[in-house]
Amino acid sequence: MQDTIFALATGSQACAVAIIRISGPRATEIGTAFCKRDLRAREASYARIIDPKTGELIDTGLVLFFVGPASFTGEDCVEFQVHGSRAVVLRLLDALGREPGARIAQPGEFIRRAFDNGKLALTSVEGVADLIAAKTDLQRRQALAQAGGALALRGGIWRDMLLDALALITAEIDFADEGEAPAEVLGVVRKIVENLSSEFSLALADAERGELIRNGFRVVLCGPPNAGKSTLMNTIARRDVAIVTEHAGTTRDVIEVELDLGGLPVIICDTAGIREAVDPVEAIGVQRSIDAIGSADLSIWVSAAVDGVGRPELGSGRSILVASKMDQVQDVPAWADLGISARSGDGIDELIRRISAFGSEFLAGEPPIVTNARQRACVEAAARQVARLMADDFSALELVADDLLRCADILQELLGRIGAEDILGAVFSRFCMGK
Amino acid sequence: MPIKFDVVVIGGGHAGCEAAAASARLGARTALLTQSRATIGVMSCNPAIGGLGKGHLVREIDALDGLMGRIADAAGIQFRMLNRSKGAAVRGPRAQADRSLYRAAMERELSDYPNLTILEGEALELVLDQGRAVAVSSTLGVLDCGAVVITTGTFLRGMIHIGDERIAAGRYGDAPSNLMSVSLLAAGFQLGRLKTGTPARLDGRTIEWSGLERQEGDSDPEPFSYLTDRITASQVDCYITRTTEAGHQIIRDNLHRAAIHSGAITGRGPRYCPSIEDKIARFADRESHQVFLEPEGLTDPTVYPNGISSSLPTEVQAAFIRTMPGLEKVEIIRTGYAIEYDYIDPRELWPSLETKRVKGLFLAGQINGSTGYEEAAAQGLVAGLNAGRFAGGGDRITFRRENSYIGVMIDDLVTRGVSEPYRMFTSRAEYRLSLRADNADQRLTPIGLDVGCVGSVRASSFKGKMQRLAAARDVLESIITTPQQALAGGVTVNKDGVRRSAYNLLSYPNASIKGLAEAWPRLLEIDSDAVKQIEIEAKYAVYLDRQSAEIAAFRKDEGIEIPMDFDYSKVDGLSNEIRARLAAVRPGSLGQASRVEGVTPVAVTLLAVALRRSTGFIKAAGQR
Repeated sequence: MQDTIFALATGSQACAVAIIRISGPRATEIGTAFCKRDLRAREASYARIIDPKTGELIDTGLVLFFVGPASFTGEDCVEFQVHGSRAVVLRLLDALGREPGARIAQPGEFIRRAFDNGKLALTSVEGVADLIAAKTDLQRRQALAQAGGALALRGGIWRDMLLDALALITAEIDFADEGEAPAEVLGVVRKIVENLSSEFSLALADAERGELIRNGFRVVLCGPPNAGKSTLMNTIARRDVAIVTEHAGTTRDVIEVELDLGGLPVIICDTAGIREAVDPVEAIGVQRSIDAIGSADLSIWVSAAVDGVGRPELGSGRSILVASKMDQVQDVPAWADLGISARSGDGIDELIRRISAFGSEFLAGEPPIVTNARQRACVEAAARQVARLMADDFSALELVADDLLRCADILQELLGRIGAEDILGAVFSRFCMGK
Repeated sequence: MPIKFDVVVIGGGHAGCEAAAASARLGARTALLTQSRATIGVMSCNPAIGGLGKGHLVREIDALDGLMGRIADAAGIQFRMLNRSKGAAVRGPRAQADRSLYRAAMERELSDYPNLTILEGEALELVLDQGRAVAVSSTLGVLDCGAVVITTGTFLRGMIHIGDERIAAGRYGDAPSNLMSVSLLAAGFQLGRLKTGTPARLDGRTIEWSGLERQEGDSDPEPFSYLTDRITASQVDCYITRTTEAGHQIIRDNLHRAAIHSGAITGRGPRYCPSIEDKIARFADRESHQVFLEPEGLTDPTVYPNGISSSLPTEVQAAFIRTMPGLEKVEIIRTGYAIEYDYIDPRELWPSLETKRVKGLFLAGQINGSTGYEEAAAQGLVAGLNAGRFAGGGDRITFRRENSYIGVMIDDLVTRGVSEPYRMFTSRAEYRLSLRADNADQRLTPIGLDVGCVGSVRASSFKGKMQRLAAARDVLESIITTPQQALAGGVTVNKDGVRRSAYNLLSYPNASIKGLAEAWPRLLEIDSDAVKQIEIEAKYAVYLDRQSAEIAAFRKDEGIEIPMDFDYSKVDGLSNEIRARLAAVRPGSLGQASRVEGVTPVAVTLLAVALRRSTGFIKAAGQR
């Protein structure tokens, strides 16, 4: 029999309420034993929680009971909500550990069971993990949609489209002599493949946004040495994350800090000042700066107002040119989009507003359905398969089928396996086959 | 009569015939035990061999020097290459066979077969000694033997249903084999129940043929067997009629009287071979269904109406049949029926078709939950080969998904079991593009030569063909062309300056050896059979390259062996359900484990880790 697992579901710090979750074939029995009465499904009730071995009262609290498969894991689940002290939690976990067939869960084991029991698609598991890790509101919205099956649902539609096309081709190939196969197979298949192709493009067009929301929008501070980039970084972060000195070339490595700008997940990166470095360590730092600019979603070129623009090495990405140390001059220089002074604080709010505006423009809208690199790689590969199919002339059914099967294989991670039985099942349910 | 044999084969149907012949070809002294000599090679259902997927199996049997292809060539009275207009990978040879010619040819073949004795009698009991099959007790006495092959088809507790009438029978007019069922149950086998059906038989002399749509055979019939030069039997036509609304009404009115719908039948029937009452109930919006009128022989007036199998009462079937155009005055020779029978869960078998419970006992055909003559024959061949090798102390031979439809079928059966009678389809073969009916000999005859089941006639014919193909490929590879020259040969390629061989050019649309010969006349010297073969393989070459990469990846998993006594309870993290499923099937490789029903990708990963931990258990595919 499958083990019954239990674990503390809330944080390990002392707090008002701690939740201990139990899942598995003995969950009901254990819950009943600890409460000394029958539990009612889908009901929360007050209970005296008692160690069944010693009869000692452990704590009083709420008990919730869910009967599988209508539970998070798909198994019977019991939840104890008790006072969140270390002592209560340890005593309860210890008592649970003495139950035969019960053991403490490994990390991620509850959701693994939910996945194994078909309660969640892999993409939804990823969504739950993202939801737990979410730091900003935008990340929360996106993760919630993913956990709720955003991509799994879409994937289910793609799966059905592939199945439709494969069923048609299979009917035409394997039942050619049985007279009932639908006509015009290739035309219909071509239409399905075209639809699939635009579905994939649509999902991928949004994929960059999905990954940005998940991983954060990268803003790179760059410019000549001693322009005040690190000071700006500390000002935006509202703490000292970067070392600031009067010496040009103090920053050697790329320093990152994650911020929540009005719900937007932003990663601000401070970089080494760009100049012909003589020191080999600084030279590596300069190269890293240039690389960071290459991966930036937004570059902020910072140069002291008195020094002029320097030589912005921004490539083709989005950028803002910022004149710093405005306390030393009167007017914002003509080359700059914006002037700031870290000392007086002038222009900082405006800069943050502009960063947010760029971010919102980039990331706003309905949550995307492709939200991480694994999902994107998968959809991209499927899209390539379909693109090749469209480049072909659809002349040979068995080759079209081969490409579609490969496409199904690629989507397997998202969709669950499409096997020969699924295709034959689709054929038999849609067409009247058999002499 | 010698009472001791190396191998005893029980049953003279399609599985039994191939099993007995295969065992005998290996040199094992083999007995074929059948209730009656007259039922050897009988076609109990439709009078046809081959088809899509099934035709592939026949070619594979032939490649291993089995019987079915040659017998069907001798008895075929209408040959059609199905999917002729489609790609070679999905073409399937099919033939209507003259039922009596087929039966007679098979009996003649087996009567003269070296090392083979035909015994007329009934098997009563399987004799076991320490978990090993050592003899068959029969009405002729006890037959001692080294291995037993059981191929009893639908005879295990067979029960015919016609309306509410029930007749214990293995086939119309033949007694069932209940004792064998008892014997197998006693050995602890899991028996299940399946159902199949057959339509009424009509008297062709009372059919009004004029006005019916005619279906002709191919004008240049292509034989099944690589050894058959040409088809000699006279060729006939089939006809097509249709069901009518009046007929549908009769069936709807009497649906409750069909054995299937009245609840009298518990076994699962095949989805791809529904009874007419099923078709009408499930696809209510269809106004009409096609019915193929297939002659059962050149001299036999019996006609097989393909598409209307039924378990309705006789008088309802008759009334329904007479509503179809051309059949208004038809005389019915025999009524249609449904038959229920026992099968053994094929997960009880190793891929050699030997049972896991009883050493030296092999099963083939419908007893394993399959349906169809070709599926039965192919299993018979594998069971016969392995029984012969077992009796002689040799290793088992198994076929693989990547080398044959035989391998696909057996892997499906022993890994996933069945929920309906199992039939071969090309869509079951993931390597369909390389497993073609045209190259079965290239795929399997070398294996057959290794095993020793290929006779000298075929060996030399195969060798000659391989030499002609190699010579043709050499010529094509030796011609290196520029895009300009290719155009002269009728092939348009990118003007990219790349030099391509004439063989490469054949993969382009509309390219042919005949066309290329315009530019390089020496290509005209290539033998015409080789031309056909090379054109097919060159067309698929691009795709096949991709597929062989995949097969290589596939073989990696297939090559990770799981020891027979592997303890699944020691694998961390597996659910008990998956543990139980794996322990029941006992897959031989990680690849097979991944195909066991209910085994998740996560479980396969855990299993792989566990196997790796117990080092020494893993052998790379190449090291076998």
